[in-house]
Amino acid sequence: MSAPPDLNPSGDDPGVIRLEGALTMLRARRLEEQLGAVTGDNLTVDLSGVERMDTVGAWLVHKLVRDHGATLVGATEEQKTLIEHVARADKPVTVRREPEPLVYQFVGQVGEASMMALTTLVGLLGFFGSLCISISHIFRHPRRFRFNAVVQQFDMVGVHALGIIGLMSFLVGIVIAQQGAVQLRQFGAEVYTVNLVGRAAMRELGVLMTAIMVAGRSGSAFAAQLGSMKLNEEIDAMRIIGVSPMEALVFPRVLATLLMMPLLGFYAAILAIVGGGLFCWASLDLAPITFVQRIRDVIPMTDLWQTLIKAPTFGVIIAMAGCFQGLSVEGNAEAVGLRTTTAVVQGIFLVIVLDAFFAVFFTQIGWP
Amino acid sequence: MAVIATADPIISVRGLKTAFGEQVVHEGLDLDVRTGEILGVVGGSGTGKSVLMRAIIGLQTPVAGEITVFGEPMIGRDEEEAKNVRRRWGVLFQGSALFSTLTVAENVQVPIREYFPGIGQQLLDEIAAYKISMTGLPANAGNKYPSELSGGMKKRAGVARALALDPDLLFLDEPTAGLDPVGAAGFDELIGELRDALGLTVFLITHDLDTLYAICDRVAVLADRKVIAVGTIPELLALDHPWIQEYFKGPRGRVAAAVSERERSGA
Repeated sequence: MSAPPDLNPSGDDPGVIRLEGALTMLRARRLEEQLGAVTGDNLTVDLSGVERMDTVGAWLVHKLVRDHGATLVGATEEQKTLIEHVARADKPVTVRREPEPLVYQFVGQVGEASMMALTTLVGLLGFFGSLCISISHIFRHPRRFRFNAVVQQFDMVGVHALGIIGLMSFLVGIVIAQQGAVQLRQFGAEVYTVNLVGRAAMRELGVLMTAIMVAGRSGSAFAAQLGSMKLNEEIDAMRIIGVSPMEALVFPRVLATLLMMPLLGFYAAILAIVGGGLFCWASLDLAPITFVQRIRDVIPMTDLWQTLIKAPTFGVIIAMAGCFQGLSVEGNAEAVGLRTTTAVVQGIFLVIVLDAFFAVFFTQIGWP
Repeated sequence: MAVIATADPIISVRGLKTAFGEQVVHEGLDLDVRTGEILGVVGGSGTGKSVLMRAIIGLQTPVAGEITVFGEPMIGRDEEEAKNVRRRWGVLFQGSALFSTLTVAENVQVPIREYFPGIGQQLLDEIAAYKISMTGLPANAGNKYPSELSGGMKKRAGVARALALDPDLLFLDEPTAGLDPVGAAGFDELIGELRDALGLTVFLITHDLDTLYAICDRVAVLADRKVIAVGTIPELLALDHPWIQEYFKGPRGRVAAAVSERERSGA
């Protein structure tokens, strides 16, 4: 039964705690320490010296009453109301989350990720199926084909991407030529830089870099557009009116990407070759006319076919991943961001996996 | 704590002009909020109720005019000085604006941690707990994330965060919008209770006639880029401004008035 000395300055009665000045959050830390040192029961708390009290002060006083059965004296009406109000709010409230054991967390995460991968795969398959059904509908009723929407997507996916894809490919062409020349110089085979640039650009890099750029530009845009439309219930409104979102939104985007990708891929390959050619001219003294002649010799026609086969496939995959993720948005705006990221990651991942398959396949069928 | 309707204003706005580019929202707007009152702010859509609130709390810089809060001029204040004034008010935004990556309890603790870094975790948890139950949230709400709460619970959690630093002044932006009538009535009651217990002054933007009748001491009407009238509802009814008449005497206004009349005679 004692109050700490600094709470009982006069020291007359050890059972009396005298609180003075401002009982506010500003003093909360010290007050809590001091009051934590209080022991014993049947204390008296004298509040007559208190000038200001906020809910934290009231809470600390309330804890004295609750834990030590203290009696309050000298409180004003306002202070009493405040303490009563805080006392009424003293209910057991769960504040923290119990962290699960690490093993559970790990197993849970693995399970969640597996389920996620599985449902996404099944979902994408289902999405592809319903896209096929929509396409067959459009073939049977050609009036449902939305020409304007497709042309608008041409503009967004194709024309607007020309600048950035061109610049990127041009620079990549220069880098390959420069790095290639440095390595080949060791064998005195600098002249083969032309082969390196030409074949790498036409066969792999043009279309792959384009696919990555289109996934970043258009795949993400599809996911974000459709996602915010879904949140805004626009998709539901379309369904109710009788417009199929598959036909009106997804099909134009997929078709536009499918048609634009080969063009962009070829364009990127050509610009990479131009970049490489400029480097050869400037640094290896290879005249442009010689470069062009060599390029025509070293690039087989099958390299072009490869690009023209791969590009539309990649386009469909990117557009589908974007639209699928966009239409899977649920809940809040945060989901739009998450789904957009997923659309890009998924698009690029699938493109690279497929590119590996294509590489093996084309080698197996004997294309050089 | 009883209602102290003293004459000196806690917020005073003089000659306020706000604009977005060419579009002028307020011009020559004057408004006083008295200490201890609940002031309802009403006005048609697009009359700049939220913009007025944002101007007072410093989120929107006015083109001209003066704003004083707690007797201190707020315009052109240094950020550090403004912080000291800012911790004396709490704001509930329209969409609650809870931090989505933090639990409700952590949301409540954010302002306390920011201004009083010395307070220990134990006391922080206790403070969060009583604030949460003070705003009428259930006991299991503390460790939930905002996405796991209903609309009404989010608003209550928003109030709990706004009250974290024991403010003298509370700004509420359409607190009952999107709540069902039962939830809205419960929320009105909560605001009234908190005002009485904590001695708050409340600046309340609302479209809800029931809220106006139930808890507001005075109502300010925004129209034509300024506050056209401030007063109790009977005082406003005595004016013959067409918008005010339509607002309070339209079909919805009549029902709200009748309900409030019935409650008063029953009580």
